[in-house]
Amino acid sequence: MAYVSIADRDHEIEHHDPETFITKYIWSQDHKVIAIQYGGLAILIGLVGMIMSSMFRLQLGFPDTFAFINPENYYQLVTIHGMIMVIYLLTALFLGGFGNYLIPLMCGSRDMVFPFMNMLSVWVYAVSVIILVVSFFVPGGATGAGWTLYPPQAISPGTPGTDWGILLMLISLAVFIVAFTMGGLNYVTTVLQARCKGMTLMRMPLSVWAIFVATILGLLAFPALLVAAIMMMLDRTLETSFFMPAILQAGEVSNYSGGSPVLFQHLFWFFGHPEVYIVALPAFGLVSDILSTHARKNIFGYRMMVWAILAIGGLSFIVWAHHMYVSGMNPYFGFFFATTTLIIAVPTAIKVYNWVLTLWQGNIHLRAPMLFAIGFIFTFTHGGLSGLFLGNVTIDLPLSDTYFVVAHFHMVMGVSPVLVVFGAIYHWYPKMTGRMYNETMAKWHFWLTFLGTYSLYLPMHYVGFLGLPRRYFSMGDTAFMPESAVTLNTSMSISALIIAATQVLFLYNIIVSLKKGEKAGPNPWKATSLEWQTPSPPKHGNWGHSLPEVHRWAYDYSVPGQEEDYIPQTVPATDVPVGRDHGVDH
Amino acid sequence: MAIAVLLIVLVIGTLAFHFVAPSAGWTFTELASNWSQIDTTIDITFWVTGFVFVAINLFMAYAIIKYRASKGGKATYDPENKKLEWWLTVLTSIGVAAMLTPGLFVWGDFVTVPDDAMEIEANGQQWHWTYRLPGNDGQFGDVKAELITSQNPFGMDPEDPLGRDDVLVLNPSVHLPVNVPVKVNLRSKDVLHNFTVTQFRVKMDLVPGMETYLWFTPTVTGSYEVLCEELCGIAHHTMRGEVVIDEQADFDAWLAEQPTFEETLNPILGNAQVGAAQYAVCTACHGQQGEGIKALNAPKISGQEPWYLRRQLKNYKAGRRGVHEDDIYGQQMAPMASTLIDDAAIENVIAHIQTFPDNPAPATVQGDVVRGERIYAVCSYCHGSEAQGIQAINAPRMAGMTDWYLASQLQNFRSGIRGGHPQDFYGKQMGFMGRNLQTDEQINDVIAYINSL
Amino acid sequence: MYLTLIFLGVIMATVITWLLRQTLNTQPWVSQPADDAVTGVSINTNTKTVALTVFLTVATSIFALFISAYTIRMEEPDWRPVAEPVLLWFNTAVLILASIAYHWTRNAAVSGVQGRLKPGLFVSGALTILFLVGQLVAWQQLNAAGYYVERNVANSFFYLLTAVHGLHMLGGMWVWARSTIRVWSGADADSVRLSIELCTVYWHFLLLVWIVLFGVLLST
Repeated sequence: MAYVSIADRDHEIEHHDPETFITKYIWSQDHKVIAIQYGGLAILIGLVGMIMSSMFRLQLGFPDTFAFINPENYYQLVTIHGMIMVIYLLTALFLGGFGNYLIPLMCGSRDMVFPFMNMLSVWVYAVSVIILVVSFFVPGGATGAGWTLYPPQAISPGTPGTDWGILLMLISLAVFIVAFTMGGLNYVTTVLQARCKGMTLMRMPLSVWAIFVATILGLLAFPALLVAAIMMMLDRTLETSFFMPAILQAGEVSNYSGGSPVLFQHLFWFFGHPEVYIVALPAFGLVSDILSTHARKNIFGYRMMVWAILAIGGLSFIVWAHHMYVSGMNPYFGFFFATTTLIIAVPTAIKVYNWVLTLWQGNIHLRAPMLFAIGFIFTFTHGGLSGLFLGNVTIDLPLSDTYFVVAHFHMVMGVSPVLVVFGAIYHWYPKMTGRMYNETMAKWHFWLTFLGTYSLYLPMHYVGFLGLPRRYFSMGDTAFMPESAVTLNTSMSISALIIAATQVLFLYNIIVSLKKGEKAGPNPWKATSLEWQTPSPPKHGNWGHSLPEVHRWAYDYSVPGQEEDYIPQTVPATDVPVGRDHGVDH
Repeated sequence: MAIAVLLIVLVIGTLAFHFVAPSAGWTFTELASNWSQIDTTIDITFWVTGFVFVAINLFMAYAIIKYRASKGGKATYDPENKKLEWWLTVLTSIGVAAMLTPGLFVWGDFVTVPDDAMEIEANGQQWHWTYRLPGNDGQFGDVKAELITSQNPFGMDPEDPLGRDDVLVLNPSVHLPVNVPVKVNLRSKDVLHNFTVTQFRVKMDLVPGMETYLWFTPTVTGSYEVLCEELCGIAHHTMRGEVVIDEQADFDAWLAEQPTFEETLNPILGNAQVGAAQYAVCTACHGQQGEGIKALNAPKISGQEPWYLRRQLKNYKAGRRGVHEDDIYGQQMAPMASTLIDDAAIENVIAHIQTFPDNPAPATVQGDVVRGERIYAVCSYCHGSEAQGIQAINAPRMAGMTDWYLASQLQNFRSGIRGGHPQDFYGKQMGFMGRNLQTDEQINDVIAYINSL
Repeated sequence: MYLTLIFLGVIMATVITWLLRQTLNTQPWVSQPADDAVTGVSINTNTKTVALTVFLTVATSIFALFISAYTIRMEEPDWRPVAEPVLLWFNTAVLILASIAYHWTRNAAVSGVQGRLKPGLFVSGALTILFLVGQLVAWQQLNAAGYYVERNVANSFFYLLTAVHGLHMLGGMWVWARSTIRVWSGADADSVRLSIELCTVYWHFLLLVWIVLFGVLLST
C-alpha cells in the first residue's frame, strides 16, 4: 500500500485544538499533557516513597531512638516504599511519562492512535494511586507483607494490614494493570502503525525501541501479577486454598488446606523479573540517546543495541526463578535458572560496552544530562556485576535475603534508572517547557545524588556479606556482628537523608525554571531526532500542517565533511553536500 | 572533567574500601562448616567482576578526559565495529562461564545430601524455633497440621509407631555433633520462614505444607545464632534460635536429656493438694490467693496461665532470670524458685495456683488510653487484642494482672535487665519489642490501655 | 508454567519472524535511496485490528497463566475433581452458535447486506446471553450439589476460570451493544463493519478459549 500517514489516512483522529482549561489540562487527550500528568503524579507518589524510606532508615541507622517508628509501621513503610518505587513510580514514569511523551514525537505521529484510551489510562492510574494511599488510613493500616506480598504471611495474622490493607493493595495493583494495559496497547500500536514516512524500524531512536519492547514485556508479564492478585484475593475473602496450605493462624488451626505458597512465588516472579527490565530497558534507551547527543557522536553499534534489547526482553521471561533459589522449589531448577541468568549478562554487558565506546572519540559536552548518563553507566555496571553474585545459585545461598540483595537491586533498578530519570528530565525539559533549567543547580543535584547514593549502597553490600538480614526492624546484639557494622548502618542512614534532602534542589529547579528559565528554542542540544525539529513545547498535533518525513537514522552526529556536527532526521540525503555513504564501513 | 576524576577516585575508593573492610570486620563471618567451596566461588566472582568494574570505569574516565569537548573539536563518525563487538561478546561469555561453572558444581554438591548424614528437623512458627530428632530408629514419625495442639505442638500422629521415640526439642536451641554431616529437614506451621546460620553459609526457606532441606557439616564447635531470613510478620527480627556444635560426647549427653514424644504423651500432672503445702512459702509475698502484694513487689499470679508460670519458675531456677545485678526483686525470687526441687514440685504448685479465684488486679497506673491504644496495636500481634495472651506465640496474659508489675517489667526489658540472658529466648524477644517503648510515659499509656480491656 | 512458556515461545517466535522480515538487518547509517518510498506503516492493516491483536495476546497470557496455575496446583494431594454439569455441553453448543451467528453478521456487513445486520446482531447477542445465563445455572447446579467454592480448590478453579471467561464475554457484549444501538438507529453497514469484524474475531477467540478451558476442566 502506498504511504498514507495515519493521521491523514482516514481522518480517524480529528485534531481539534482543545479549548477550555479542563479539556486542555485535565481531561486532555494530548499525549504530551497526559505524559506530564503521568510523570507528575509518578514523581509525587515517588516523593512519598522516598520520605517513607527516610523514615525507616532512621530506625535502621539509629535503632530504638525514634519511638514513632514501631515494628508495625516499619514493615508497612518498607512494603509500600518498595511497591511505590517499582510500580507506581518507575513503571508509570518511564512508560506512562516518557513513553507517552516521546513515542509520538520521535516516531513523527500527531498523537497516540487512541487518545481517549490514553486519557483513561492516566486517570485509572490516578485511581490506583489513590487506592494505594487510602490503604494507610483503613483499620489495620496498609499491608506490611513486604513488596513481594508472599502468602500465607500476607493474609495471615501476624502481619500488619491483613484486614483491609492487603485487599486494597491487591485492588490497587489490579487497577494499575488495567491502566497499564490501556496505555500499553496505545504505545505498541502507535509504534507499529503511526510512524511517519521514512521512519523504518531501524531508524527509530533507541528510546523508542526500548520503550516499545518494555511495553510488550509489561503486557505479557503484568497478567501474571493480576492472576496472582485475583487468586490471593479469593484466598483472603472466600477462604479458597489456591496458595494457602493447612496452617496455624495465631495458634489456631485454619480452614485452609493443600495450597501452594511456592505457586504464588512462581507467578509473582514471572511478572517480577520482566518487571525489572520493564524499568531497566527504557532507562537503557533514554540513556543511549542522551549519551549520543551530548557526545556529539552516533551511538556505537546501533544494530547490536537493538538486538541486545530484544535478547534481554526475551531472556527476561526465563530467569524468574533466580529469585527463588532458596524458596524451597525443586532445587534442580537452580541449574537451569543460574545458567539463563548468567547468559542474560552477555547482552547487558554489550550495552555497557557500547555506551562507553560511544564516548570514545566523541566530543563530550559535560552538561547535567550527560553527567547523569555517565553516573548511570557507573552505577549500572556496579549493580549489574553484583547481580552476577546473586544470579550464580551457589553464591545466592549465603547472600540471599541479606542486605547484599537490597544493595544490588537498589543499585541496578533504583539508583541507575532514577539517575536516568533525572538526566532525561533535564534533557527533555527544554522541549517539554520551552525553557532551560538552571545548569548549576542541576549539576549540584547530580553530585549530591550520585555521591550520596554510592556512599549509601557501597557499604550496604558489605553488611550483606556480613550476613545482616534484610527486613529486620532491628538487629539487636549478635555475636557475629561487630560494633562497627552499626556505625556503618548509621552512616548509610545519614547518606539516605542527605539524598532525600537533595531532591528539593531538583523540585525547586524544575518548578522555578518554568517561569524563570531561559527561552530554549526548538533544538538547544542540536539533536537529530524528530522531537527537536518542532517548536518547544510542541503544539497540539505536534507537526503543524504536514507530518515530517524521515530520511536518515537518528544518530547522524559529526558526519565527516559537514559544517554542523549534526544532521536532523528530516534532512534528505540530497541536501547533504557530501556523498550518501559517509565513508565509514567496517 | 571533574566527573572523570571522580570516576577514578571512586574506582580507587571502592577497591580501597573492599580491601580495608575485612580488617573492620565488614566481610563474611568466619566459616564454621564444610562449605569453603562457596567462599571460593565468591572469590572467583570477585576477581572477574572486579576486573570488569575497574576496566570499564577507568576506560570511561580516560575517554571523558581525552575526548571532552574542545573548541573546534569533532567526534569521529563510527557507527559500528563488528570485529570489536564480537571480541567483547566472546570475552564476556568466557568470563561468565568462568563464574558459572564452579557455581553449578558446588550447587550440585548442595542438592546431593551425603548418605551418612544424620537428620534433624527444624520447625518454624511465628516467631520461634523448635526441633525434632528421629530417635533411636533413625526415622521421623508422621506429622499433620490439624493435630497441632498446645499439648502436641509438633502435630505428631500418636498412631504412627515411628514417631514414638522422636526426640522433641521444645526450645529454640539445638545441639549437633561436630564433623558429622547433617541434613536439616525444614517445616513451617504457619508462614514462610528461612533457616540461616551465617557461619554455615547455607540457607533455605521453610514452606508450610511441604518439607524442604539443606545440609552442612559443622566443623568448629561453639554456639551459632539461627536467623529467620524470610519475612514472617511483625516480629520477624526476633525469630532467633541457636545451634550449638558439640563434641560427640557432649552431644550425646545433651540428647539424653531431651524428652521423646512418648514421654510428652504422659506429662507430669500437678497435684493441687500437695502444691498447697509448697505454696506456703510463696504466700508471704504473693498473698494467700496469689493476688500479689505491691508493697513487697510481688505480682499477681492467680489467673496466669500454667505454661507461663512453669517457664518463669524454670528460668529462675536455672539462673536464666533474676541474675542481672540490677534486678533486685528478681534476685529475691530466684532462691524461692529453687525451693521447688523438681518438675513435679513445680507442677504441684502451679496446680494449686490454678485453684485461686481470678479477680482483676486494681488499676494503679495512670496514662493516656487513646495513645496507649495506638501503642498496643503492636503488642496485640502476640498478646492478643484483649491482652489475653497467646500460648502458641509464647506471649503471656496481661489483662487483669498487676499493672505496676507490667510497668516494672517493661522498664526491665527496655534496659536489658530482663531478657538479657542468652538462654532466655522468649525474654530476648520481648526485649526487642520493649526497646521501642522509649519513655515511661509510653509505658504508662499502654498499660492504661491494657487496664481498659 | 510450561504452558505459559510455550505460549511465550510462540509470541517471541512470531515477533522475531516479523522483525526479520522488516528492515532489521540494514545498516541504517548508510542512506538508502529506496528508503524515501518506504512506508511508515509496518503492518498493512487497520490500527484497531492491530490493537485487538495485541489485546488478545494479553488475554491469552492471562488464560495461559490461569491454566498453568491450575495444572501446578492440581499436583497437590488434596485435589478433588469437580463433576462438571452436563449443562456445560449445551452451553458450549450455544457459544459455537453465537460465534457462527456473529460470523454470518460479519459477512453481511462486509458485503453490505444491510437487511441481515439486525437479525444477525440480535441472534448473536441473544445466544451469547443464553450462554452466560447457562453458565450461571451451571454454577447453581454445582453449588446445589455441594461443590462450594471454598470446599476444594478444584471447585475454586472451576468458578474462577468460568468467571474470568464470562467477564471477557461481558466486555465483548458492551461492544456488541454499541454496534447494535448504532444499527438500530439507522447506521449503514459500512460504518459498523469494522466494529462487527473485530467483535467476530473476539467471539471466535473466546470460543477457542472456552473450548480449551472446558477441555482442561473435563480432562481433570
